[in-house]
Amino acid sequence: MRKTCLNMVYRLAQTDARIVFIGSDLGSGTLDEFRRELPERFFMEGISEQCVVGMAAGMALDGKIPYVNTIATFLTRRAFEQIAVDVCMQGARVRLIGNGGGLVYAPLGPTHIASEDISLMRTLPGMAVVCPADAEEMTDFMLQSVEWDGPIYIRLAKGYDPVVTRRELGFSIGKGIVYREGADVLFVTTGVTLGPVLESADRLSGMGISSSVLHLPTVKPFDQELFLDLAAQTRAVVPVEENSLLGGLGSACAEVLAEANYSTPKRFKRIALPDAFPDRYGSQADLLAYYGLEPGNIVRVAQRLLEI
Amino acid sequence: MFGNLSAKLRRSVVRTLAASRRGHLAPALSLIEILGVLYDDVLRVDPDNPLWPDRDRCILSKGHGCLALYAVLEEKGFITKDDLDGFCRHGSMLGGHPELHKVPGVEATTGSLGHGLPLGLGYALAARLDGRPSRVFVIMGDGECNEGSVWEAALSASKHRADNLVVIVDYNKQQSYGSTSEVVELEPFADKWRAFGFSVAEVPGHDHDALRTVFSSLPLESGKPTALICHTIKGKGIDFVEANLSWHHKSSLTDQDLERLRLAVENE
Repeated sequence: MRKTCLNMVYRLAQTDARIVFIGSDLGSGTLDEFRRELPERFFMEGISEQCVVGMAAGMALDGKIPYVNTIATFLTRRAFEQIAVDVCMQGARVRLIGNGGGLVYAPLGPTHIASEDISLMRTLPGMAVVCPADAEEMTDFMLQSVEWDGPIYIRLAKGYDPVVTRRELGFSIGKGIVYREGADVLFVTTGVTLGPVLESADRLSGMGISSSVLHLPTVKPFDQELFLDLAAQTRAVVPVEENSLLGGLGSACAEVLAEANYSTPKRFKRIALPDAFPDRYGSQADLLAYYGLEPGNIVRVAQRLLEI
Repeated sequence: MFGNLSAKLRRSVVRTLAASRRGHLAPALSLIEILGVLYDDVLRVDPDNPLWPDRDRCILSKGHGCLALYAVLEEKGFITKDDLDGFCRHGSMLGGHPELHKVPGVEATTGSLGHGLPLGLGYALAARLDGRPSRVFVIMGDGECNEGSVWEAALSASKHRADNLVVIVDYNKQQSYGSTSEVVELEPFADKWRAFGFSVAEVPGHDHDALRTVFSSLPLESGKPTALICHTIKGKGIDFVEANLSWHHKSSLTDQDLERLRLAVENE
């Protein structure tokens, strides 16, 4: 997904002179072709995220479309005020690529684990938050990202994820994609948890429980209409995300559900990272399992919810 | 003649402040001559076409000095007297800090400090990419130079040899809590900018001839961004406000305060 995202910036820049690439201090060799062919639009700025974000905003306000790539936590936590003031408040068309969103940097510990990047970015007025599930979806998204009229946070959740999306279902920023329709439980997911959720839905199907699966690559704008359509048909709603319980996809679902004021309330359970800094190392997969973001636990949560 | 313009701008600042009883007075007064000369003689801008692509960009990074900026923008025809009268009122376009897309002639929303220089660098690099002759002026406070983002951007501007970028520091040597030397010493200030790769000049910031001279010789050095350290007096032009910390931001203005201010500027 990461390679695809950066290669797409290069491909898009070849035909669109407005596009610039800005990194902080990325790994040696990053986008070498871009640097060689379009050196005037390739910026590698050093470990200075506040400056990088402000600079990108200045360029965007003068008609450029900057794609800024750096480690997700250093973008979203460290430069939060620059993102709020320079980018969102002024409506600058900056594309922030949060490299290693979610648990990707699990071995490096909590300073590097972006356990709340979706939540932080979702609070900012005007910010689109997009979490593609795999490289193919990333390609479709990047093609649309150029003309989106506002800032975008792009979550790069994993480097070598399997392709689980189906392009024939279409892709549009701000729209959800329905992967399954069923009567018992509605799973809502974003980013790389689509794969485990689809597997969970299959396992439940074998147990006689039918599921809807709504993939929301765009957490914001939230596709409220489609979400409520599907929720109306099911007894229970289970959002699953590789992000904090607080403020992300699960919160968005809870807010919309509460305001829908169903006469019979929906059964509801969020599956996400707890409200705590991650306290374990290991691989991304290790932490996904540790926090229950895997089919075994997802299936158990759905079963228990339906039994209440 | 320029003295008259300064007096006129000060009157405008005091009238705007008096109408709303809000605003930072002293940080605006230290900017009167800098902004006056910039907009009178230096900036290539067009009030009839504020978004002219080839214009120079002026970013008031110390956004709390906006009373002075608004006075100049009114003087030059970007905004009207009615706009000034609405300062900080519900439904007005002029708030206590300048906002982009609301106020013609304002190039960036500012207020939280340390944002202007990175933004200005982005503007300067965009102008270079487009081959536009635009220059970018970023006006910062001295206390603002406590922010790390200022020095991140200074490193970057120098790396990019952004000689279309000019930093102007309103060095009035006071910040909210006290003198800049007591809060966080900036000296040797000019040396710091030099060490970061800037070409530096120190200027008496209320001397319009000195300002005009230095502005006419930009960039000071080809291939280097410029830093102009303007030595100023906070509250300049109203004797009981000058270097008086309590006027940095006076939140409750009495009728007596306003009368004294009015007398001080009307009799100039």
